[in-house]
Parts: sequence; C-alpha cells; structure tokens
Amino acid sequence: MEKKIRVLIAKPGLDGHDRGAKVVARALRDAGMEVIYTGLHQTADMVVETAIQEDVDVIGLSLLSGAHMTLFVDVTKLLKQKGMQDVLVVGGGIIPEQDAPKLKKAGISGIFGPGTHCEDIVKFIKKNVKR
Amino acid sequence: MFDKKELEKIKQQKDKWIKNIYSTHIKKHPERKKKFENLSWNEIKNLYTPDDIAHLDYIKDIGFPGEYPFLRGIHPTKYRGRLWTFRQFSGFGSAEETNKRYKYLLDHGETGLSVAFDYPTLYGYDTDHKMSRGEFGKCGVAISSLEDMEILFSGIPIDKVTTSMTINGPASIVWAFYIANAENRKIDRRIIGGTIQNDILKEYIAQKSFIFPPEPSMRLIVDTFEFGYKEVPKWNTISISGYHIREAGSTAVQELAFTVGDGIEYIKWAMKRGLKIDDFAPRLSFFFNAHNDFFEEISKYRAARRIWARELKRLGAKKPRSLLMRFHTQTAGCSLTAQQPEINISRVTLQALSAVLGGTQSLHTNSMDEALALPSEKAARIALRTQQIIAHESGVTDTVDPLGGSYYIEWLTDKMEEETYQYWDKVDKFGGVLPAIEKGFYQREIANAAYKYQKEIEEKKQIVVGINEYQMDEPIEIPILKMDEKGEERQINRLKKLRKDRNNQKVERNLSALRKAAMGDENLMPYILDCVHSYATLGETCQVLRDVFGEYEEPAIY
Repeated sequence: MEKKIRVLIAKPGLDGHDRGAKVVARALRDAGMEVIYTGLHQTADMVVETAIQEDVDVIGLSLLSGAHMTLFVDVTKLLKQKGMQDVLVVGGGIIPEQDAPKLKKAGISGIFGPGTHCEDIVKFIKKNVKR
Repeated sequence: MFDKKELEKIKQQKDKWIKNIYSTHIKKHPERKKKFENLSWNEIKNLYTPDDIAHLDYIKDIGFPGEYPFLRGIHPTKYRGRLWTFRQFSGFGSAEETNKRYKYLLDHGETGLSVAFDYPTLYGYDTDHKMSRGEFGKCGVAISSLEDMEILFSGIPIDKVTTSMTINGPASIVWAFYIANAENRKIDRRIIGGTIQNDILKEYIAQKSFIFPPEPSMRLIVDTFEFGYKEVPKWNTISISGYHIREAGSTAVQELAFTVGDGIEYIKWAMKRGLKIDDFAPRLSFFFNAHNDFFEEISKYRAARRIWARELKRLGAKKPRSLLMRFHTQTAGCSLTAQQPEINISRVTLQALSAVLGGTQSLHTNSMDEALALPSEKAARIALRTQQIIAHESGVTDTVDPLGGSYYIEWLTDKMEEETYQYWDKVDKFGGVLPAIEKGFYQREIANAAYKYQKEIEEKKQIVVGINEYQMDEPIEIPILKMDEKGEERQINRLKKLRKDRNNQKVERNLSALRKAAMGDENLMPYILDCVHSYATLGETCQVLRDVFGEYEEPAIY
C-alpha cells in the first residue's frame, strides 16, 4: 500500500482566522492524507518542532492578518537551518499578488488565496511532495 | 391573522392553482433545480401565500414599529426620522496613519468611527513584545498606550462623534484609554458615546482572539456593564456579535441562535452579580453579518429583534428600552472574491440593502479589495458611497419595515425564530453556553457548515460569480494600500520613550493595586483607569491580569 502523505496544517502568529485552515485540513483528510492541525498561535519554532515530531511531508501555513512576509518566512528559514528542505511548504490566506514571488523565493512552493478549490491544493501537494 | 373563511377560499384557490397552472407548467418548463435552499439549507417553496403565516397574530407577533415585540423596528419612524450611522471599520499601521484615514472618512460623510486594532493590541501585547512579530499595524492600528490613543483621535471631536472599538480580550483596558483620553481633553465621561465589542463568548466560539479563561473574562465584562451604566451612561458596553460566527462559516440560523443565546448568557452573569436588568440591559448592543441570501438576512434581523424583546421580558425587564435590540451590521467579508474584485461592489450593495431593509442602526460596507489586502482610500470611499446611495437614492428609507407582511419574509422570520429555540435546546443539553464551548459544540457546528459550503462551491451547487462560473484570467488592477514602513520603528521608539519619561513609581503602584484588586472581587474598571492614566501600557496592564487570571488555550479540532 502506498504511504499516506502526512500534512501539518499550521496557524502561525496571533491571527485567529481559522476557517480556511480547518476547511483545507478536512479536504486533505478526505483526499486520503494524514492531517495534523497545530491549532492557533504557533511560533515558527513550534511549527517546525511539530513537523519533526510528526514526521510530515508537507506543511500548510495559513494566515489572514497580513503578517505572512514575516511569519511564513520564519518557518522556511528554520526548516533550512535544520536541513529540512525536503518538506514541501504551501501557504494560504489574504496574500497580495506582489508578495507571491517573494514568498516562492523564500521556499513557499504553492500559494493559495481566497476562492481556491481544495481540489487544486490536493493536486498540487500530490504532484510536488518531495518524499 | 386572516379571516377564516377568506383563508379557506385562498387555500382552495391555491390548491387549484398548483394543480392546474403550476404543475402543468413545470412539466413543460421544469424549474432550474429540484430543490431550492437558502444558505441555512432550509428548503424554500415556489410561492408563499396567506396560509403560510395564518398562525401569526398581527398585534401579538408582528405589531408596530417602536412597540413590543419590535419585529418591525425599534423606532416608530425608523429612517424617516434618522438614518443609520455610516460607520466604516478602519485601522492600519500607526495611530498617525489611521487618524488621517478617519479624518478622510469623516470628510466624506461618514457619521461614526469604528476602530480596527492590530493583532498585538487585540491580544493585549505592546508592539515591542516578541509575540507581536510581523503583525504591527497589519490587521488594524497598533495602540499600546494612552499616548497612542491620544494620537489616534487627535483633532476628532469625540464629544460629538461616537466610536465603536472592536476589542475583546483587553476591552476594559482599551476602553479606559478612550475614557482617559476624553478626560485629558476635558470631556466629561458621561457624554462620550460609543461601543466596545467586549464579547468574549464569540471569541471562544469563532473569532479566537481570547486571552483569559471564561470565568475571569465574564467577570471583566460584568465589570464594564456596571461601570458603564454608572459612569459612562452613553456607552454601549458590549456588542454581542454574530458577525465573526458567520465569517467562520456558520449558517444564518446558527449566527442568530448563537449570538442571541450569548446575549442571554451575559444577562445571566450580570444578574448573578446582583446587577438589575433594567440598569444595564439598555446598553447592550448587537452586531450582525449581512451575507448573500437577501431575504434570509432580512428575516434574520427581524427575528433577532423579536426574540430579544420576548426573552428580555421573560427575564424580568420592565423598561421598554431594555427590550430594544439595537445592532450594527457589516457586509460579509467572507463573501468577497479576490477574483474580479470590482464586482464586490455589487455584492456589498445587495448585502447592505438587506441590512437596511432589516432595520440596522449602524452599517459598515466592505471595500472591494478586502480579499486582497487592506482597503485603499478609494475603495473605502466607494464602499461609503454605496451606503449613501441606498440612503438617499433608492427610496427604501421612506417607509418603515417595507417588507413586513410579506408572506415569505414573515414565514421565514418565524421559521428562523423556531430554529433558534431548537439550537438553544441543544446548548441546554450541554449544560449551557460555557460547557458547550468547552465541549466544542459551536466550533464543530460552524466547521461542519463551512466545509459543507466549500464543498458545494466546488461541486457547483452554489454558484459564486468569478469563482466557479464566469471566471476570467485577467490581471488584477486595483491599487493596494502601501503602509508607512517607518511606522513600526516610530511606534517602538515612542513606547521606549514613554516608559522612560513617565512617573514609573506611580505606574508600579497602580499596577500592584490592580493586581490586588484582580485577586479579589471588586470592580476592576477604576483600577484599570488609574493604570492607563499613569501611562501604564496595554501590555503591562494586561500582563497583570494574565498573571492573576491565567490564559485560555483552546483544543485544536478541525
């Protein structure tokens, strides 16, 4: 049997808008992935620590507040430090178009804004998961 | 409500119409869907007629505006007398930037202010706290001290204009900033008007910017009720909010049931403290969402008013003012699309119209660019203009409750009321509002509805223009608000200077007095006011309460 893709859905920072994160978590679970949800108010350290503990293949970061340029990048920087570049990182939320290229450069491989179909996230993860 | 004979005649004629006209017609021209449902997944019939509302008693159940049960409105003249307050929720970056935006909006005909705070402020952290990283001014304005509040309202006549503040966990501290600022400007606290959101229950349920556990949070709220009616009598000490419950994905019925249920919970806590219902109930206010299903939204506001009046009476309120549900409405942020953002103007117009037809006292219309970023000046102005068009051009303000008596609206109003009571029965089975929160009842209900709605969009059972139909591949050409990059640095320097220049002995004294009082059961508002008057910061004051009360952590369920 094929190994199930393990995904960590994380809410970094103080933002409490968790609708998107929860909907995506359920959709990924329904698509056959193992999903771990961190809950709210995570620091980059907490996210990466959970990713290690849970041995996940994918991290999905969700943020509405606009702090993505700092908080998403904190996570990818830390992953790099720990030599975990084989973890696929995707992000979602209210992210202005001009921020997307910078986030991609920082290691957020896929960015999904409002109106995204969950199915597209599933496809993206299946195609791009690195391990 | 109708003459029995007349009703019988209508019924017979209706049966005939169904048989001879409707059924034959749909055989040849089938309807677009097998089943029509509104956004609460209630089935909607093809036609509503007098027999659908025959059980209603006009005088008892519908009545007249300004009279119990206030279904048709809380004022006898409604918008013929006074329009709703045009109140745009706004705040970003530093106090200086937001102050400019407020003046801009007031210059363009806004009639009330509404403050959006950034996340650190919402959680009671100063801008230079480590948890504030990356969040300065992002989702609202950063207010860390009385000094910031002074800047935020500088040059704005706070003795005349009312201000609503979306603040919950640290509501009493931020309110104290506002009161202290008025007092420093020699404005009597008895004449300032406005609202603090101060609704912690919906934070646990949906919005998630809580700080303390439920019990001490409820104590702080009852403190504000008491202090409010005694000392700041024109202030609404709470805005019991369905808005965020809806944004988190609830249905309209859930929004109604959970919100009004929360309202009753606050009353119970205040009465348990010994407050008299007629002293504080007139200062309770509400805040609802205006989502897409036009008639469902209108029915929701009407039902809310009637349920509230009836429940307040049942709880022993005698003053007519206690029975009035006054509410603010904001159009649904979650309904906006990042794709083809200009079409959001049309969505907002319809949503705002439903709020007006539902009899709102105050309204925020969203800007078209909010699914992309904070609103630009132009987008915010267009949103305000939308309200002005409804108010002055559409004619809907000329009569009171123009949809009252519509068979459909009255039927749906009644149905939503009935379902509200069904939800309350479920909450009772959990042992009340707090146990239901702790057991994740509301959170699960909302998450289920959110997921179902999303699946229906992906299956095209729900059509969202620009998302699953009528899509376009075009570059988005609306300007995005640029914030002052130096704002955060300036704010941190200001905080450092403040902490150095103020009388730190006095600050320490006031903070320890607050700590001692928090460990007892006195009303904390006077102590908090002393702290902020001596320029103790938000973070310092809140930390004292964190030390005494502890912090709430929610179970992570999805």
